[in-house]
Amino acid sequence: MSNNEYIRVSKTESFGIVTLDRPEVFNALNWQMVKEIANQLEAFDQDRQISVIIVNGSGRMFAAGADISEMKDESPVSLEYADPFRDWERIMRIKKPMIASVHGSALGGGFELALHCDCIIAAENSQFGFPEVTLGVLPGAGGTQLLTHALGRRKALEIIGVGIPISARYLYENGVVNVVCASEILHEETLQFARTFAKRPAVALRAIKESVLAAEHQSIHDGMLFERKNFYLTFATDDQKEGMNAFKEKRQPRFKGV
Amino acid sequence: MTDAYQEIIYTKQKNIATIRLNRPDAYNALTPIMLKEITKSLKHANKDPEIRAIMMTGSGRAFSAGQDLHSVGEVTRYGDFLKSSYHPLLKMMRSVEKPIVAAVNGTAAGAGMSIALAADFRLVQPRTKFVSAFVNIGLIPDAGFLSVLPRIVGYAKAMEISVLGDPIAGTEAVGLHLASLCIDEAEWEEQIEQFTRRLADSPARAMGLIKRYMYDGMDQPYDVLLEKEAAAQTIAGQSADHVEGLNAFKEKRTPTFTGH
Repeated sequence: MSNNEYIRVSKTESFGIVTLDRPEVFNALNWQMVKEIANQLEAFDQDRQISVIIVNGSGRMFAAGADISEMKDESPVSLEYADPFRDWERIMRIKKPMIASVHGSALGGGFELALHCDCIIAAENSQFGFPEVTLGVLPGAGGTQLLTHALGRRKALEIIGVGIPISARYLYENGVVNVVCASEILHEETLQFARTFAKRPAVALRAIKESVLAAEHQSIHDGMLFERKNFYLTFATDDQKEGMNAFKEKRQPRFKGV
Repeated sequence: MTDAYQEIIYTKQKNIATIRLNRPDAYNALTPIMLKEITKSLKHANKDPEIRAIMMTGSGRAFSAGQDLHSVGEVTRYGDFLKSSYHPLLKMMRSVEKPIVAAVNGTAAGAGMSIALAADFRLVQPRTKFVSAFVNIGLIPDAGFLSVLPRIVGYAKAMEISVLGDPIAGTEAVGLHLASLCIDEAEWEEQIEQFTRRLADSPARAMGLIKRYMYDGMDQPYDVLLEKEAAAQTIAGQSADHVEGLNAFKEKRTPTFTGH
């Protein structure tokens, strides 16, 4: 847990927290930082004590974007060989629920990181955006895909194409942000939200996340089959038996995650 | 702290910041420079941890005669002008967590009235005049006026003020809820300070939250505001001033709020 240069890692309750920790540059994401994030998310994913993963930022904001100074002299060929974006794919494959807890701004790579998470809790005065176009480029870590899935073609094109920030409130009203709260209680609200997941049976939750993500890139027919197989699979768990027995006996279930 | 500005005077006295519009020869008509300076000074006061209340007032006989018409001569698209000059100031006035008192020392016309309306409190003198001058030159009241005025005086009166444009005297303003107090000229300086001091010595955390959610709440459904109120009370409940308030109540003494 100690070799990280750009992130801070902590645990509370059954939650693993990754804190972006380059406040002096507003948590600009460099390649090493993304690697550290992906490494840590995978470690939490393997850690049986952890139920939910939270990603937040230290200092004045969640993250202002990618580290421009790091990449400005790259060439297409050097980028192709280094393929610095491949660590983002690892973030997409995390199986536990990931919650982004956003204060201040989540811009560019910061917004992409939030969109890689399953849920977003945002401070009511926070803002999101893709300013890449103003630098002559475009989002490279999934921004055009993830935001379009979330908001539809027209709003996504406007937001990414013009590069003007949008409010947490707008994203909340359009289903991209799950909870908006006062910035002072952002962390508390995030933990509260995480607790609601932590109480649920873990295997079912994994199957749900997998099936919901499948809905974004599979045909509805394939997705339905996928969901059905996952449904059958939950009948191999103790938690399914406990859940259904508790329901019959009119008591609260006690899930064990197996 | 008084330098750096050309068209306003910014002063700090203990926990109060005063922003004085300072073009008395032009009745403090608002120029793009002045608007920018007010915005900047508000931002500065908001960040200054010692400051707990902000007073805005005018030099000379007027509060502000409104937009300086000389500086918009070439502008044909008023909308663009409003967005670039006025909106940053108005949004700043809303987002500043500290109470803003407009000490309306004389006439507040047009956008000058709008800015007085955008403050959280208004204090007036008998000679004060609120004039919605817009319609006289074939324009509509702007700079937040159409949102704020009906919320203060009610729709019907706001319509009358906006469309007929008759001046409202300081003596009428309190009755219309346009001002908290009407103060005689002789006692003006002392009483506006006293009023602002009272705000500055209040629990700042609670004050900021009240401001934030009362404005917010006017545009929100009831159940949404209930949620926000609950969240805000959680925050206020964790403040040192709350502890002080409770202790003072139990010990039957006057609380001393530190703003934390």
